[in-house]
Amino acid sequence: MNEAPLISGPYTHARSSINRTMGLVMLALLPATLFSLYLFGWPAIFLFITTLIAAMVAEAISLRISGRPSRPFLLDGSALLTGWLLAMTLPPWAPWWIGVVGALLAIIVGKQIFGGIGQNLFNPAMVARVALLISFPLEMTLFNPPIPLFSAQAPGFLDSLSITFGNSDHLDAISSATALGHYKTELSRGLSITDITGGTDTLWQLTTGTAAGSMGETSALLLLLGGLFLLYKRVITWHIPLAMLGTLALCAGIFHLIDPDTYLGPLTHLMSGAAILGAFFIATDLVTSPTSIRGQLIFGAGCGLLVYVIRTFAGYPEGVAFAVMLMNACTPLIDHYFKPRIYGRDSKGEPLSYAEKGGES
Amino acid sequence: MGAPTLTKLFKIRGGVHPDDCKLLSADQPIETLPMPELLHIPLQQHIGAAAVPMVRRGEIVKKGQLLARSQGAISAPVHAPTSGRIMGVGGYPAHHASGLSVRTITLKPDGKDEWRDNTPPVKDPFTLSPEEISKRVAEAGIVGMGGATFPSAVKLNLRKRYALHTLVLNGAECEPYLTCDDRLMREQPSEILDGVALMARALGVEQVLFAIESNKPEAQAAIAEATQAHPNITMVGLPTRYPMGSEKHLVQTLTGKETPARGLTADIGIVVHNVATALAVHEALHHGRPLISRVVTVSGNAINQPRNLRVPLGTPLENLIEHCGGYKQEPARLISGGPMMGQPLPSTRVPVVKGSNGLLALTQDEIQAGHEMPCIRCASCVQACPCGLVPLEMAANIRAGSLDNSVNLGLLDCIACGSCAYVCPSHIPLVQYFNYAKGELASRQRMQHKQGETKRLAEARSQRMEAIKKAKREAMMKRKKEMEAKKKREAEATAAAEAQA
Repeated sequence: MNEAPLISGPYTHARSSINRTMGLVMLALLPATLFSLYLFGWPAIFLFITTLIAAMVAEAISLRISGRPSRPFLLDGSALLTGWLLAMTLPPWAPWWIGVVGALLAIIVGKQIFGGIGQNLFNPAMVARVALLISFPLEMTLFNPPIPLFSAQAPGFLDSLSITFGNSDHLDAISSATALGHYKTELSRGLSITDITGGTDTLWQLTTGTAAGSMGETSALLLLLGGLFLLYKRVITWHIPLAMLGTLALCAGIFHLIDPDTYLGPLTHLMSGAAILGAFFIATDLVTSPTSIRGQLIFGAGCGLLVYVIRTFAGYPEGVAFAVMLMNACTPLIDHYFKPRIYGRDSKGEPLSYAEKGGES
Repeated sequence: MGAPTLTKLFKIRGGVHPDDCKLLSADQPIETLPMPELLHIPLQQHIGAAAVPMVRRGEIVKKGQLLARSQGAISAPVHAPTSGRIMGVGGYPAHHASGLSVRTITLKPDGKDEWRDNTPPVKDPFTLSPEEISKRVAEAGIVGMGGATFPSAVKLNLRKRYALHTLVLNGAECEPYLTCDDRLMREQPSEILDGVALMARALGVEQVLFAIESNKPEAQAAIAEATQAHPNITMVGLPTRYPMGSEKHLVQTLTGKETPARGLTADIGIVVHNVATALAVHEALHHGRPLISRVVTVSGNAINQPRNLRVPLGTPLENLIEHCGGYKQEPARLISGGPMMGQPLPSTRVPVVKGSNGLLALTQDEIQAGHEMPCIRCASCVQACPCGLVPLEMAANIRAGSLDNSVNLGLLDCIACGSCAYVCPSHIPLVQYFNYAKGELASRQRMQHKQGETKRLAEARSQRMEAIKKAKREAMMKRKKEMEAKKKREAEATAAAEAQA
């Protein structure tokens, strides 16, 4: 049918394309990314670039094997964005092969095996992150505090090369836990939140990103800015982010009110970990989220609830990746049951009838 | 139910905001196109049955004379756009994407442009009964001039079957580029409102809402001023949003009520007519002039001088293009109608018909054709659909061949407005999928009907044959018996005679 001459309109088009959509998302990620790269220095830059290149190579190879034209698909920006998002969720000083293995998992297992762009059930970057976290728990949980580029303690270019590509125990020496990880450990030791708070990052540090964590877990403020930009550009709608963050804050608020010593407050939940990144950039992934407004609200609320449950009651300190993937699995079901109401029909799909007609039909 | 009073406008779902490109032609006053050398007047310029020709080759006709009469309940007659000689009745390429040949009357104008002896128009058509008004509208060959070309008289007769309370005048003209209605409203507001009042009389409604999109402030002002003479007509400014001109969505904007699925706006007491149609009604009832010309917007960036032209029906499109100074550059697409719902044209030889509101010569840059990519489920189409459908799923089902599924998803509620395909970042021709599926379903239905009929007829035939055979057999038996009886009688008679002898 594609070869047939086009005889149906419209013969004009909004200036939209996949490249534009992906490009806008990357533009929205740029401020937070640049700031994080600055904070974590050369090793982070090396890992970031390695991951992006690996994602593109994996995409190119997959396209070749599946016999699709490389150019339009490589240039659509989706593989680059997947690599980018994945890099944002890795510990910034992780070795190069974490980035490469992650990119291969994301592109090949997460996306191309399902049939390429638009066909995947799960968010590719999250597939990779979860697989890495389970397979390489040590490398995936070794975080370092931010040591800005060109600062006194920052590793030089060559040292950084050995951190990313060589065998360096540099990280072990300075490793520190993420805020959520720290709370998790200390709470499990029976301490109360007020006892712990002294030894960890303040809310302000979390918000501005000057705390330990993966690139996407820091600088919540810049990520929020990027998210608002996406809303403004109408790449995403407010439904998923608001439902997700709202539900997370609501759960946190309720439990915090009940027992402030055991449960973190809503603001800490929102500003730490990958909540903002997840709400604006991961859960809103076009391919793997529901299409209707109601579906998106349910999806977002589900993500928020699961994030809270995993963070608070499960073994992992952070649960955005798991939460989004679990909800991804529900997307087809949500799409099936929550469709918009059709014009002129009631919610069951029957034609509207007006009482004024007096029952005649 | 009574007529609702208008206090506010209601929001419709979805819709898009394409660049309206109306400035290209909006300031060009309507200009009458010089009479072409030949007119090609198709017998089918409306929805319904084609008209039946009443003239022969060589016949001399006057302007406004009946060329072909309507047949059946839904049809419209065709009249001579000028005086001249009938060159023939035969096949000519249709004003349709297919370019197939349709029955067409060819008229060679004699240059005198001489009217027929017009039936003396009633002095005051407002003394006519509603029936009489719609009869005259039908006789004048008036059809919906917004592009749908549904015979207007049929819509005026809806009062017989529905409890109507409001007439809505559709001056939305939401398609980009088109300015023909805009110009008419600016230039002939009182004639239009007179036609509107006549239509309101025919429909028996008290309230008239004259709806105009906000991107036509001059037309709004002109109509608003003219309504001062008509207390029951109210001008309503509409927000500019495509597809505001879809009658069901227009009515929803005005009243907040949705037309039931598969129903008519008359189900909620409202009839919608187009602006140009109202003017045609005025012309027919006041001056006895049938519908023989219309205003066409010739526009697009490939056209040298975009204009609004009053064109005799049957004029080949190439005359319009030539009159507008020809092409600036070779157009990438030639479209009849607007860019959202218009049709591509096979050639410029095809004639202007009653529904031709626009002729667009679009450049590559205007049509923004993109390479088709896979769907990324971005749901832009879901947000844009004014009918609450999920276009991406419908298209996926059609692609997979499950047409029945796409119907369950609401395919038949789709109005083919093209908002979904307009916003699709993957440039998927969604409307093409839907039209394909609708066509395929229709042809399957026809096929099924045909098969059923064939089966029925074949069975009837074999029954008939069987009956004939049986009758023949019985007749044979009867004759045989008779013959035998006769022979027997003869034998007996012979035997008796012999015995006597």
